[in-house]
Amino acid sequence: MGVKIVHISTAFPNKEFTNSEYFSLFPEQKDNPNLAKIGIESRKIVETETASDLAIDAAQKLVSDMGVSIDIFDFLIFCSPDLDFHTPATASYIHGQLNLEENCGAIDITHGCSGFLYSLSIAKALIESGQCENILLLNASAGTKKIHSNDKAGRYLFGDGAAATWVSSSDVNSIGNFQLCTRGKSYNKIIIKSGGMRHPLDSNSGHPKIDQFGNITSDNTLFMDNVSVFHFSMEVVPALIKEVLSKNKLSFEEIDYFVFHQANGYLLELLRKKMNIENDRFINDIRNIGNTVSATIPIALAQLFQNNQNLEGKIILLAGFGTGLSWGGTIIRL
Amino acid sequence: MTENDFYLSIEREIGEIDPGTLKADMAFNEIPNWSSMHFLIIIALCDIEYGVKVTGEDFKKCKTLGDLYAVVKAKR
Repeated sequence: MGVKIVHISTAFPNKEFTNSEYFSLFPEQKDNPNLAKIGIESRKIVETETASDLAIDAAQKLVSDMGVSIDIFDFLIFCSPDLDFHTPATASYIHGQLNLEENCGAIDITHGCSGFLYSLSIAKALIESGQCENILLLNASAGTKKIHSNDKAGRYLFGDGAAATWVSSSDVNSIGNFQLCTRGKSYNKIIIKSGGMRHPLDSNSGHPKIDQFGNITSDNTLFMDNVSVFHFSMEVVPALIKEVLSKNKLSFEEIDYFVFHQANGYLLELLRKKMNIENDRFINDIRNIGNTVSATIPIALAQLFQNNQNLEGKIILLAGFGTGLSWGGTIIRL
Repeated sequence: MTENDFYLSIEREIGEIDPGTLKADMAFNEIPNWSSMHFLIIIALCDIEYGVKVTGEDFKKCKTLGDLYAVVKAKR
């Protein structure tokens, strides 16, 4: 049995957070010409919405775009680190809001930047094993809520958004073999430390921590060890690409487009140069979106599909990398 | 890699700095508009141009550009 992506629809919050607004909050950053290298001019950010709200919007757009009933789906995967509750699964809440059938299972996957690869691999496995035929895969981020209001780097980098991907059984197998990896010893390189059972929230959790550049974080907001994450990305992504090509018996030249996790434009450009990927084969599409964590890859794919009418037969290599630390890749054939 | 070439390459990557501005005894926070972005640009330069992985721990031990040059030279 084959598996394919039928369609991807996206949703974003209404509120825009432009660079002008950013510079009014952090005026000292205005004189920093190198910020432009990150390639972000604006982001959409949540106010009162949750990641599940954005995911529900994306799912409703998907069924509307495709003119199908929501009842077509027999499994729901919600992939986001931004959950509504400790229990139940946020997927259960979404299931209810979308009026899905009771024989449609629903689970959460809490991966971040590699989340699309992990959740897509599970969707594929559920279909290949004959358990499901049509899966509603929702990747969403409302992560800007978890960034300290005075974290200059985080507030520049991240945006919020969601993607709804229809993954279906098919006569043709268009989703390739996956390479999925985890470096658990580096679990604390991208972390929101407090709020779970290991480090419950207490009176010290919100205590601000200031780094050497004046970025402020705390134990209950997002912390990212930028240097370690940079070295991690530069090390694992090129190796991941080689492994994905090998697992799918493809050459570098046979890939029409490379769609990586849209972490930031500067890192993407460094990775592109390191792997000698031509500009027209490499998607760097973060300008008005920012880093939307588990949703960046499907959002970039949706934009690629929208901007290119004639993609039939094209091969796209997908690669996600980030919190975990975890990374993964596959190919899709259109 | 000469020491002068190293500083010139940092000036080129960071941009908007007149050639010859950066000196061995200059502290990082004396670099105009010094920020975490400049820091990442320098880390990336060391990795891509000089093949040296400068870690956060390495950087913490460096007070000046000359200290960083010594780290890169030792690790090459």
